[in-house]
Amino acid sequence: MQDREQFDRLVLPHLRAAFNLARWLLRSREDAEDVTQEALLRAFRFFSGFYGSDARAWLLQIVRNTCYTWLEKNRPMDSAVEFDESLHLSPLPGPEAQALAGSERERLTRALEQLSPRSREVIVLRELEGCSYKEIASITAMPIGTVMSTLARARERLQQLLSHPGTKEAVHEL
Amino acid sequence: MNCDDSRAFLHAYLDGELDAPHAADFSRHLQGCPSCGRALQALESVRSSMQNANLLEPLPAGFESKVRRQLDKVEEPSSPASSPRFPVWRWLAAAAALLLVVGGSWKFAQKAREGGEPPASAADAAASELVDAHIRALQPGHLTDVTSTDQHTVKPWFDGKIAFAPPVRDLAAQDFPLVGGRLDVFQGRTVAALVYGRRKHFVSVFIWPDATQDMEQYAGTWNGYQWISWKQTGLRFCAVADTSREDLVALKDLLSR
Repeated sequence: MQDREQFDRLVLPHLRAAFNLARWLLRSREDAEDVTQEALLRAFRFFSGFYGSDARAWLLQIVRNTCYTWLEKNRPMDSAVEFDESLHLSPLPGPEAQALAGSERERLTRALEQLSPRSREVIVLRELEGCSYKEIASITAMPIGTVMSTLARARERLQQLLSHPGTKEAVHEL
Repeated sequence: MNCDDSRAFLHAYLDGELDAPHAADFSRHLQGCPSCGRALQALESVRSSMQNANLLEPLPAGFESKVRRQLDKVEEPSSPASSPRFPVWRWLAAAAALLLVVGGSWKFAQKAREGGEPPASAADAAASELVDAHIRALQPGHLTDVTSTDQHTVKPWFDGKIAFAPPVRDLAAQDFPLVGGRLDVFQGRTVAALVYGRRKHFVSVFIWPDATQDMEQYAGTWNGYQWISWKQTGLRFCAVADTSREDLVALKDLLSR
């Protein structure tokens, strides 16, 4: 089937990016496997409506929507996004957290996972996937100005979390 | 360039998103401003530690072939898609398979469909996206971007945000009070969504320009939500709610008057 060949050629190469975004949005590799598979099927289902040139942005847009729908169903507290970044900030230490705290990778992972999903996704798209502002705008359906301000806020918050893990977000940022 | 301006450009500079003249301005400012220099360094150091930490999530072993196998099943509707761990997955596979086999569209008058069936046409697939958008909007704080029962507040709010003028009418007298409006994204474009109340329920009416010759009306059910779609004056409408089909037809009649 020709559609399938096209899909394999244009969309499947971005499977890793799709899985990466899902893993960070859902904060779980296992859930990311299920949701990425679902998103790929969805993408295939809508593939006849894809006329653009940027298959990665198109796929990531579908992955993102599928993730948010999944979060709303399964972890509603996680997806109640912009307004309650503070909800995600569980007080840090505990024996496991202490043990994890050793490596730089764990430290960064921990800080990233404490960001709200909206902040986390722009950081992941920009720093891990190397997306341009324009690509982030099309993936997240935000105007470019909003992408810039979200990214700036997310980076400030990340710096804050890295230097003082477990702190609550300042009230004026909520 | 002063420091306030510079802070606004800091991230765009870091990301290589400034145009040449602004980038040159910014570099000049950096040379004379230790505080902006430190801010930039701090950002660069977080970035490089993220890059060094190798945070990109590798694919699980065998994941790609698993996905390919699932896609193969979509093409062969006769072979049962089985994955007991994730029933939604199986259901979607069936839905996608049916979509490929059936295709085409059917007329509003011919439809009396039960809930829970997979989408059978492109219109169904599109409507399922709008139903998802409606469900997302029902989350607290997401329903409306402009909240007003006054059509003269809601209509001008859309000006400049979208390139068409959605017809906005309060239908409180007909038991569909206007709640407000919002912008939504559907198939990569920005669409207007009007929100009406209906008893204890909300109806999202999505509206976007439709240049195609398709004048059909469509209707269906997705995840327990009713939807109907119609076209008037060059705009395609799709109303979504968890009320009855009759309610949506009544709203459609009111809006097309």
